[in-house]
Amino acid sequence: MNQAQAPAAGAPAAAAPAVHAEGIVKRFGPTVALDGVRLTVAPGESHALVGRNGAGKSTLVSVLTGLHEADAGKVSFGGEPAPAFGDISAWQSKVACVYQKSMVVPDLTVAENLFLNNYGLDREGSGIGGRLISWRRLRTRAEELLAEYGVSVDPNARAKDLAVEQRQFVEIARALSFGARLIILDEPTAQLDARGIDSLFEKLRDLQSQGVAFLFISHHLQEVYELCSTVTVYRDARHVLTAPVADLAKADLVTAMTGDAASSAADWHAAHAVAPDLTVAPILTTERLALEGEFDPLDLEVRPGEVLGVAGAAASGNTALGEILVGMRKATAGRIAVRDRTVRPGSVPDSLDAGIGYIPEDRHLQGLVLDRSVAENATLTVADQLGPWGTVLPSRTREFARSMIASLDIKTTGPEQPVSGLSGGNQQKVVVARALARAPSVLVALRPTAGVDVKSKDSLLGVVRRVADEGNAAVIISDELDDLRVCDRVLALFHGRVVATFGSGWTDRELVAAMEGVGENR
Amino acid sequence: MTETIRPPALDKERTDDHPLSRLKLIRWSDFSLVPVILVLMVIGFIVSPVFLTSNNLISVVQQSSELSLLVLGQALILICGRMDLSLESTIGIAPVIAMWMVLPGEGGRFAGLDLLPVWSAIPLCLLVGLVVGVINGFLILKLRVNGFIATLGMLTMLRGLQIGITEGKSITDVPESFRYLGKTDWLGAPAAVWICLALFAIGGASLAWLRHGRSLYAIGGNPEAARAAGVRVDRITWIVLAIGGVLAAFAGVLYTGHYGSVAATQGNGWIFQVFAAAVIGGISLKGGRGTLFGALTGVLTLQLVVNVMTLGGVPALWNQFLNGAIIIVALVISRFASGEKQD
Repeated sequence: MNQAQAPAAGAPAAAAPAVHAEGIVKRFGPTVALDGVRLTVAPGESHALVGRNGAGKSTLVSVLTGLHEADAGKVSFGGEPAPAFGDISAWQSKVACVYQKSMVVPDLTVAENLFLNNYGLDREGSGIGGRLISWRRLRTRAEELLAEYGVSVDPNARAKDLAVEQRQFVEIARALSFGARLIILDEPTAQLDARGIDSLFEKLRDLQSQGVAFLFISHHLQEVYELCSTVTVYRDARHVLTAPVADLAKADLVTAMTGDAASSAADWHAAHAVAPDLTVAPILTTERLALEGEFDPLDLEVRPGEVLGVAGAAASGNTALGEILVGMRKATAGRIAVRDRTVRPGSVPDSLDAGIGYIPEDRHLQGLVLDRSVAENATLTVADQLGPWGTVLPSRTREFARSMIASLDIKTTGPEQPVSGLSGGNQQKVVVARALARAPSVLVALRPTAGVDVKSKDSLLGVVRRVADEGNAAVIISDELDDLRVCDRVLALFHGRVVATFGSGWTDRELVAAMEGVGENR
Repeated sequence: MTETIRPPALDKERTDDHPLSRLKLIRWSDFSLVPVILVLMVIGFIVSPVFLTSNNLISVVQQSSELSLLVLGQALILICGRMDLSLESTIGIAPVIAMWMVLPGEGGRFAGLDLLPVWSAIPLCLLVGLVVGVINGFLILKLRVNGFIATLGMLTMLRGLQIGITEGKSITDVPESFRYLGKTDWLGAPAAVWICLALFAIGGASLAWLRHGRSLYAIGGNPEAARAAGVRVDRITWIVLAIGGVLAAFAGVLYTGHYGSVAATQGNGWIFQVFAAAVIGGISLKGGRGTLFGALTGVLTLQLVVNVMTLGGVPALWNQFLNGAIIIVALVISRFASGEKQD
């Protein structure tokens, strides 16, 4: 705070903050999403906004970009009060947000995306000529614009053919062309590999020197330290602290985010140094399992009581491996067996019969039928066990769902509530309930804690540990270090090859290095 | 946080035992058209004393029966998240092919092939419906072409096939088995009505209590989630498309039997009524939502309105205009009566 606000108080004309928000309150019904928070970003500054899920970061972004109107509080850009709510083009000239989700139209060219709905017609003036789009001029202007900000992207390329970071450059360039001098980046590195991140950061520093300010929202604290000069922490809809990054130790930052000293180990963490008992027959085995173009032949053995982690970044092929294990995709070679019973490749029903339970990566895509009830979703995998002759008895369904709700502590008004009304963490628990419903002997989980808060994360990973401790096998496929802490053994996949194997005593650095392909133990 | 907390374990006994608590489980939005139907009946009574006679009401449900079978098929398909436009041609082509196979080559106005015995007319007719449904399934699920256009093509093609076979003429030599189903009364009401009610009851029960029936909602709501849970999505969708074809063919049997002939235009333009009835009845075009009871009330609402208009002496030339207007009004009413957005 101190550093950012000092100049604003003295000479507002010379160095008015790129954005200054004070006392912002935003309520959604009974929920208070922002409770009198403040934020100040100086021109040319790179400012990080961090906080756990539900801290109010995304609500603040909506307020700052004019998508939501604050119930109370003031926002100003460059010393001037914010535009009226609803005046979209005025907001666009002040601030822009590059979302995790792409906001470009994939099938249009870069040039057209840059000038979407703003084809330069009003500028070119009057008469019939001004009403028609001049494609040639559009391309020229796109080239100029991209060159101005040093973005080397072909304006004639289709937006969908761009790499993720190039697509972000295009979005940034578009925002700057509207006159915005504050760019909000919402988890920009989530889908980038190391090279993409480097190239993005380089570009951001470059633009910073031209006076563009950035508000950087990220869960990756390491990136905050690399890129940003100041950090603001929100917790439970309140402002906690603003401080120069250099003066703030990482542990203190984490403490500010969580509210208490970060616990060193949770009870679901894998116990250290338990040597696998090689005399016990493995539950899950794969032999030379491979998918061409995704990962090389792989032999796996997971024994009773063991949680195997498969770590890997976006293009490592670990997602494909997980989907093959549960029958969502078909391998090009190799064999999967559960207790010596070969599983028919690419058949989910057969995998279920063999005892494989599946917690999918994206609960909205593969996990839940949002309109249907908790009971229906939780019993989807056991529909054949809820009554005689293929019938599904509502009473048995409810009873089953109640036992699941109790054992997983799902917060719901009852088994009949549609899943769409639950919070993210509880939705994820319904997905877990569905996987556990058949009492699987192998549980395969893909990024099981994506988008859930810390408390739900603990209980979800606790469930995985419990399943294994009951004498079953579990496989966790993830790039989240916390997910992998539950594992007794972690394989690191890089470009389809296992580059390293760790016991439970790995350090964050080792594993991240291996996932990024820079590990020494290749 | 959106959830309200209630300890599930504590409530367990009470919710199971108390009979009133069962009422809470009913989705009242499924009944949103019942008051509309009641209002229509009052209006009908005011408009004409003939309305509340059993003859009139029976003729309303008789006329609803064929349409309701198409709606039944379409509702199942829509709940799966698909649509089948070709149902309205199946209702015409299936009886025509069946008769073409069984009718003698000479003697009647329509020259058949006389390939098969007359008793096989109904099974043949249903078989044609099945084949149409299976072909639709093949196009949509195996070749992965756009279902809307594929079935639109099928609609046009089958209509053309019917005109080609019949040379554009009506067939009036209807087999006795068709006539029986279309004309007989059981227990004071037409057999067709009983059969329709029975089929709706079977369909509704399957959706509520059969594992494969329930999976339709999962398939329509989120096919990937259903697949990840072990539901054989493509196979079940295919079966549902085939069932839709069979139901349309059966509607053809009843219709042909009732009127004693197959016109070249049999079923022409019905698909709009079918969709209207389904959506008014609370079935989502996006899939995964709706009940057969709702669909049935949708059909009855549309038919009652037509009946009341006829009794009220609305000039026939204005029928089509009013029909369209009523669909829109009914849609708006059911949107707000159920409180659910239609999409």
